[in-house]
Amino acid sequence: MIETALTIFETLRPWAGGALCLLGGLLAIIGTVGVLRFPDFYTRLHAASVTDTSAATSLLLGMALLPETTWLIAVKLAAIWVFIFITGPTSTHAAASAAHTAGLQPVIGRVGRRDGDKA
Amino acid sequence: MRLGYLIGLAILLSALWLAFSGLYKPRMLFFGLSSIIICLVLVSRLRLLDREAAPYFRLPVYLSYWVWLMIEILKANWIVIRACLRAELDIQPALVKVATTCRTDLAKTVFANSITLTPGTVTLEVEGDWMLVHGLYEDQTQPEDFIEMDRRSAEAADGRKRETEVAG
Amino acid sequence: MIPAAGIALMVALALMLIRLLAGPTLYDRVLAVNSFGTKTVLLLALLGYIMGRPDFMDIALLYAMINFVATIAILKFFRYRSFQVPMARKSVPPSGDDE
Repeated sequence: MIETALTIFETLRPWAGGALCLLGGLLAIIGTVGVLRFPDFYTRLHAASVTDTSAATSLLLGMALLPETTWLIAVKLAAIWVFIFITGPTSTHAAASAAHTAGLQPVIGRVGRRDGDKA
Repeated sequence: MRLGYLIGLAILLSALWLAFSGLYKPRMLFFGLSSIIICLVLVSRLRLLDREAAPYFRLPVYLSYWVWLMIEILKANWIVIRACLRAELDIQPALVKVATTCRTDLAKTVFANSITLTPGTVTLEVEGDWMLVHGLYEDQTQPEDFIEMDRRSAEAADGRKRETEVAG
Repeated sequence: MIPAAGIALMVALALMLIRLLAGPTLYDRVLAVNSFGTKTVLLLALLGYIMGRPDFMDIALLYAMINFVATIAILKFFRYRSFQVPMARKSVPPSGDDE
């Protein structure tokens, strides 16, 4: 029973890893499109954090599932993941706080339904 | 207590070195050992070791908080991805003041970082017990939405009161 | 599928360059540089698999650290000795950005 489960896992591993890597790349593109489309700096931060969280998670998880991964590489992938998850919000908060302190005003209220007022 | 933190840091540094190096020749092991000793001496001379710098005793609590946070991040990601891909831009940014019950700096950091890590909300400023939060959708960033995250991060970082007093 | 993921990441990097060049404020550019760095870390890790060289993982780890320090350094520089950004508040909260 366990043997068959392991065999199925080993067969599915490269496909699942590749699919997760591809999903991560697509999520990175989606986050970048959001950064390009959103009207002002503070809303762009939200789009950039999609890349920081879900794209990084899916790409690193996909790479960990690939059959070339040894334990040494898996530990490094996990370290990169933890590092991105700790430093990502810190630098985002630093940028947002610096912009807020410098007096950059955020756009408040509904955007886009009407004329789409410029930031 | 301070010795406990030092031993924990030594174990953590050794594990990191062994996990990253991959070369287990005697010479490389000697280099690793000497760098770990240099790090420990520097850290203890700089008086950096306290509860915030070495939270090893609370790792299980942090791990359970981390799992809960990952689910929240997944849910929030879906909302932001939909907002990015919608053909007609339809967002409603808002600034919200959120109260926090966290007392120590560590708990406040954990709470603010959790808010920022969740897509759709960014902490702009932390002042005392108040945080200024910028949200992508006004109806999803009401102050009531942060109560559970606040409670959980306070539990994870602050824990029971006894520990803070012993360490402080 | 791995090369396809690499190409997707490169497309995202190229799109991010537009925001880097066109960003109206300084902070947009900082955000673009930071996000560019995160994607570069992921691309470096992926390149290790594409080219069959696991040493790239160390470079990716190092690049993640350098990216973080660079973002904080840029923001700190522009917060404290600026020529064009008006400083609205004199008092800086101690838990700000001096990590």
